[in-house]
Amino acid sequence: MGLESEIPVLTTSVEKMVQWARRSSIWPVTFGLACCAIEMMAMSCSRYDIARFGAEVFRGSPRQSDLMIIAGRLSRKMAPALRRIYDQMPEPKWVISMGACASIGGVFDNYAIVQGVDQVVPVDVYVPGCPPRPESLIYGIVQLQRKIAEQRLS
Amino acid sequence: MPAVRTETMTVNMGPQHPSTHGVLRLVLELDGETVLSAAPTIGYLHTGIEKTAEQKKWQQVIPLVERMDYLSAQSNSMAFCMSVEKLLGVEIPERVKNIRVLLAELQRINSHLVWLGTHGMEVGAVSVMLYCFRERELLLNINEMIAGFRLFPSYMRVGGLREDLPRGFHEAVLAFLDRFAGKLDEYEDLLTKNEIYLKRTIGVGAISKENAIAYGLLGPIARAAGVAYDVRKAFPYMGYETYDFAVPTATAGDVYARYTVRVAEMRESMKLCRQALARISPTGQYAIDDPRITPPPKDRVYTEMEALIQHFLIYSQGFSVPAGEAYVPVEGPRGEQGFHVVSDGTNRPWRVKSRAPSLLACQALEQMIVGGLIADVIAVIGSIDVVMGDVDR
Amino acid sequence: MDSSALIDLLEGAVPGVFEAVASVDLQTTVYVPRERVVEIAQALRDRPELGFEFLAEVTAVDYWPREPRFELVYVLVSIEHRRRLRLKVRLPGADPHVATVSGIWPAANWLEREVWDMFGIAFDGHPDPRRLLMPEDWDGFPLRKDFPVQIRRPAYAAEPLQVTEQEFRQNVQRDRLSRQGHEG
Repeated sequence: MGLESEIPVLTTSVEKMVQWARRSSIWPVTFGLACCAIEMMAMSCSRYDIARFGAEVFRGSPRQSDLMIIAGRLSRKMAPALRRIYDQMPEPKWVISMGACASIGGVFDNYAIVQGVDQVVPVDVYVPGCPPRPESLIYGIVQLQRKIAEQRLS
Repeated sequence: MPAVRTETMTVNMGPQHPSTHGVLRLVLELDGETVLSAAPTIGYLHTGIEKTAEQKKWQQVIPLVERMDYLSAQSNSMAFCMSVEKLLGVEIPERVKNIRVLLAELQRINSHLVWLGTHGMEVGAVSVMLYCFRERELLLNINEMIAGFRLFPSYMRVGGLREDLPRGFHEAVLAFLDRFAGKLDEYEDLLTKNEIYLKRTIGVGAISKENAIAYGLLGPIARAAGVAYDVRKAFPYMGYETYDFAVPTATAGDVYARYTVRVAEMRESMKLCRQALARISPTGQYAIDDPRITPPPKDRVYTEMEALIQHFLIYSQGFSVPAGEAYVPVEGPRGEQGFHVVSDGTNRPWRVKSRAPSLLACQALEQMIVGGLIADVIAVIGSIDVVMGDVDR
Repeated sequence: MDSSALIDLLEGAVPGVFEAVASVDLQTTVYVPRERVVEIAQALRDRPELGFEFLAEVTAVDYWPREPRFELVYVLVSIEHRRRLRLKVRLPGADPHVATVSGIWPAANWLEREVWDMFGIAFDGHPDPRRLLMPEDWDGFPLRKDFPVQIRRPAYAAEPLQVTEQEFRQNVQRDRLSRQGHEG
């Protein structure tokens, strides 16, 4: 970016501008399933404050959100609902798989749990933990922001 | 003049919904804004924990069991440990009982704080959520201090506790208790006499005493409807009969009554915590002395051969529990909890069944919301404090 | 616990059906025959000296390959007398069924649905005999001992279509016509 010395104007490329806008205001959709949802709520509260990273509002409707944080274990009965919510989100959209159960099935290797959410939706960032500390999830969101910063527009 | 035809509208709430406290699906039939019928569908979080627990050794079931009702993790693990200890026929030492009571009551405050925060947010008081979660961070710090993990410490083990209390535990708990009393007054200032909150909660979602008994609700919901039953008073365990505390009840059975009951329970829990804390010495015995069950301390494992062998046996094949079945009821934050544990004499459980208070609360939900307005559905779901992990297991 | 006193009261209420066994915990444990469950449940709830108005739990245990294979367990609580009772019913492996008690304790409705879902024990006369926790088109009863713990099957991400395209068009047409008839 070039900085003019007297006129307060920044010059940049469209791509960098769009990337900056996209990564600085990622709004998640509320998809808390189980215990990880409690840590996600703790992350959005005053101590770990996700609002300073731009993910300020948790939208209730998937049609108004960019990010889906799948927080918790996904059961086979819930998988179609997950796919439907994912399909309703408009592009560009990203998915963070939070916790061990969402990433790989976690402690529950049995008939009822889908062994990894990536069997149903494409995942961008995996955050391990059971449940991951809010700092881990914030690190996951920061990694996602770095990934968005490198996404090309064309 | 054409005839006006009215028909009812079917609205699907969930399973993904900001206010259903997890994955609960309600298919509501509405006539305008009045709810005519509600059919809850559950099972969207079914995890097969009971089947998985049959494959694990006794001590390995504890982390699984904590993740069932994820807001009352230490009550869950305490209930499971108590059922297994009943089968083993062992008696827990006094200091361990006091520590378990303290941790269970702290867990109750923890769970009620999450309930108050989410319920307040749904009814409209968003700042209550931020305040409650701020207080909760202090409790999670205490959890982290004893076991290194915020939500699921896995600190309670069969035969006692995992290890002794850390240094600074007493100071941390006292600091929390001193601070929390004033904060609870702040929350009450925000809600208890707030005109908007009263209008939204009084008379809403009421359940009668007979219905509460018929639907098997044994917890704050039943106590708010007038049923004076608390497992800690009726079938005392872990020395609760030696503590001085009251069990708050109300008569109206509506959302506001449940709110007052739970806030009063938080105050009683604080009293219990102070009493329990005064009885606990900073260091001392943390588990029974039975060599089959309790692993030896690490310094002995590194120096003595017998301790090494004992440690190896306990962690590789576990201990066997005599055949039989046991169910010890415990007063969790949501009501009577317990684990019906069946053993066939080996080192793995044959059947572990959790008595889920939230399941029966979900079943009784239809009674509470039929006839009300759709806006009240949110307030009622918040007030019955369901945790879907407990409902679906 | 006054377990023997409770068993005497039970014998006085419905004689000859209770078979008491030893128990290590708070609950007095008795076996009852399958055919008399409803009658016994009615007596347990309605008789004032027994007063078991709370049904805390309905569950089952699978003892495969032993016969009788299933044991159904009811846990009852009497608040005013401060007593707990564990009622057990032995059921065979082939075609296990028992009468429902949801008419006596409405709490049993979902608890019995869960037992059906997990074990395949049918409850005669149940008002709503559907699966509770598993998806409705699930095959098998998960908590039986011969059902595998792990299954390797991809997750169904799409629900099957409820109607065919033909039926959908017909539904829309019919709806449009019905509204036109009223507005005309």
